[in-house]
Amino acid sequence: METTVFFICALVVLAGGIGVVVSRNPVHSALSLIATLFGMAVLFLNLGAQLLAVVQVIVYTGAIVVLILFVMMLLGVDREEDLETEPLKGQRLLAILVGLFMVGIVTAIVMIGGVDAVSGAKAVTAPLAEGAENIAQIGRQLFTNYVFALEITAGLLTIAVVGAVILARRPKDLQPLPEPESMTDMGDDPLTTVQEGH
Amino acid sequence: MSDGVLSAHLILSVILFAIGGIGLLVRRNPLIMIMCVELMLNAVNLSFVTFGRMLDDVAGQVIVFFVLVVAAAEVVVGLGLVVAMARRKPGATADDLQALRG
Repeated sequence: METTVFFICALVVLAGGIGVVVSRNPVHSALSLIATLFGMAVLFLNLGAQLLAVVQVIVYTGAIVVLILFVMMLLGVDREEDLETEPLKGQRLLAILVGLFMVGIVTAIVMIGGVDAVSGAKAVTAPLAEGAENIAQIGRQLFTNYVFALEITAGLLTIAVVGAVILARRPKDLQPLPEPESMTDMGDDPLTTVQEGH
Repeated sequence: MSDGVLSAHLILSVILFAIGGIGLLVRRNPLIMIMCVELMLNAVNLSFVTFGRMLDDVAGQVIVFFVLVVAAAEVVVGLGLVVAMARRKPGATADDLQALRG
């Protein structure tokens, strides 16, 4: 049962992830991201982390993706993008090689080491509890062992909110960005030719 | 859950991380770059929960909470930057951000 659920969710998660990267329309990317996040929530349930599954749906799909979609509509950037041209030659090939390298290394470690690949003492903080006790356990840890991290998190959120307000405020002397003339004397840079096409 | 399935979670997590990383490197729309960072953070969350399960330790799940908070803060600041950027030059991509160029 758990194995079946894992494979179905893995399919949804990977299809959504690829959809985010290859969609030409940013709105389609955001919808693919929702599919990925839901698949991840079910995987959390499958792993016995019920609270995290619920928080994942509320925070990610309920807040973060809605915020991204809202900004998309506000700026009107929901038009198709041209993905055929490659601004930097060989960039995609290199990026895919780096990705495959990462996947290869971790897969090799997991394949060779099996479950022993994860070393370390078991149940150092507290052994995992099942069901409702798990939620109480997470709360207890947050307010005892991790209380300093929790306090710093509060500070981080405050700073983020203040920073967002300052960034998004409309300045009085709003200057449009200057056109990048200095780049024309850099020779036949592929970036220049692409930017002139805007 | 059998050990094989738990290991498969780790492999799924690294594949998703790599997809997010490739998207971050390749795409130039700042909104899509933010979404790719979310993918990478989610992949790390999955590996934390799996490690917590493998080591029978609740700390894996506690740390996912902090990752969630950092993700939310990152999205707020990132979207603020996108809005500020789009106001100066509509339809700007990441390549147009040269205001801080030395």
